[in-house]
Amino acid sequence: MLDVRDLKKSFAGFLAVADVTFSLLPRSVTAIIGPNGAGKSTLFNLITGHIPPSGGQVFHKGTDITAAAPHRICRRGIGRSFQHTNIFPGLTVFECIQAAFIAHHGRGRNIWGRAERLYRAETDALLGRLGLADKADAVAGALSHGNQKQIELGIALASDPDILLLDEPTAGMSAVETRETIGLLRSITEERGLTLLFTEHDMEVVFGIAERIGVLHQGRLIALGTPDQIRADPEVRRIYLGGH
Amino acid sequence: MKRIPWTLVVFAVAFFVPWLGSRFYTFIATDVAILALFALSLNLLLGYTGLVSFGHAAYFGIGAYTSAIMMKTLGLPFWLAWPAAGLAGGLFALVFGFFCVRLTKIYFAMLTLAFAQIVWAVCFKWNDVTGGEQGMPNVPYPSLGWMAAIPGLDGFRVGDRFYLLTLTLVAIAVAALRRIVASPFGRILTLIRENPERAEFIGIDVRRYQLAAFSIAGIFAGLAGSLFGIFNRGVFPDFAYWTKSAEVLIMTILGGMGHFWGPAVGAAALTILNLQITAYTEYWPLILGSILILLLFAFPGGLVGTTVDLARRLRGGTRGNGGRDARRP
Repeated sequence: MLDVRDLKKSFAGFLAVADVTFSLLPRSVTAIIGPNGAGKSTLFNLITGHIPPSGGQVFHKGTDITAAAPHRICRRGIGRSFQHTNIFPGLTVFECIQAAFIAHHGRGRNIWGRAERLYRAETDALLGRLGLADKADAVAGALSHGNQKQIELGIALASDPDILLLDEPTAGMSAVETRETIGLLRSITEERGLTLLFTEHDMEVVFGIAERIGVLHQGRLIALGTPDQIRADPEVRRIYLGGH
Repeated sequence: MKRIPWTLVVFAVAFFVPWLGSRFYTFIATDVAILALFALSLNLLLGYTGLVSFGHAAYFGIGAYTSAIMMKTLGLPFWLAWPAAGLAGGLFALVFGFFCVRLTKIYFAMLTLAFAQIVWAVCFKWNDVTGGEQGMPNVPYPSLGWMAAIPGLDGFRVGDRFYLLTLTLVAIAVAALRRIVASPFGRILTLIRENPERAEFIGIDVRRYQLAAFSIAGIFAGLAGSLFGIFNRGVFPDFAYWTKSAEVLIMTILGGMGHFWGPAVGAAALTILNLQITAYTEYWPLILGSILILLLFAFPGGLVGTTVDLARRLRGGTRGNGGRDARRP
């Protein structure tokens, strides 16, 4: 589904991501963990074309997508959310999601139609699924952090991806919100048959839903395996889990 | 309570200005109508796409020169020259914009300014075609004799007739612009304004959309420039000078770039203020500067943004978002 080979990125001599290699199987759920500065977000940005790699390649369904423009990578069916909430703050929640549908269906070339009439049913359905139906008319930027994270997930889902990359989907959420979000993620992933790759700080979340876990340390992928393998890995225990 | 169609009311009232019988009022109304179109075209970039252009006068000037050359030098009729002015404005915007959208923020703005100064320099120096520093005086009026056949218009001066033509054409152009901002294309532009990075990652080719917006804004600026050259009885390099770009930028911000009609209100306010104040004092730039400072601090949403916010609050609405509401009428 997604193959990452020897991916490398150095910033002015500092190696942020070093020779990372892994593959995602269709419909798998994989988590990338690691301390702050381990290179998780950089890895995501390399995969989605936001920054060009210094070396290595990324393949999506066998096609080389290394350093392709982000909008092209998105159009291939890779969706993502960002660590720092990244929505359209001045639009209403409804408009954020509706606009994502318009963009996904390539309707933006139409300069004479009426935007407000498009994809209303799809937008309502997705908002309902996300539990945001009652906030449809609120200005997105004025909502709580947790709600904004949900909107961001909605924006990513509107482009109907087959791979979803989520950078800390529960960062800054309360315990309740985290539990809800994880439940939602799990059911949507199953319904849509998504391949999920996410980073996360919360170990409970990681070990709760990931089928495989990769551990990134100083830009290197030092371990990759099932939750049980990771829990038992002596090196991971030493530098990261701290005897957890 | 049903909403009052303010737009129609304003256009209907404006239509009857010549019947006041004052040459002066018709003159101001023509000026305002043309500059309103110019400012609205800039707002497609500023308010809708989030692109700050310091060189929008280039396309205004190109439109003015295109139609002046066609009508005066080549003797072609206005109904050919006017669309050609829009086309020329759009084409140049497409070429210059191709380079500009490769840059962001202040670098984008500086490059638009640089291209505009090139346009100005060409108009200033290319004596054989543009008349150089002297410009091209005596651009002919379109033939409006046919208007005499319309009952009620037979006694009108040519200035009044040209005003009616201008108002009609501006109304059509503005209606088209309004339609564009409400379209799916327009919605994508607001996404780019709100967050270009995120827009890119829902599959939008941000640069391409920015370039399209830049070209469309150039078309409407060119159409406005064409009318302005005829109204002004001549075209001059000043039309493309950076002060003209600054003027339209000020109009847009004064009126409020967060609202579709904001720039039109700004154009009217600035034009009328200018006339009123220059009648009393020679320190117009000083007054203008003071007004701008006051406005930027006290009314960040511009005249229209502030009014809309106030009206909402009076009606008991809870939500005021500083006029950043470019999508609603």
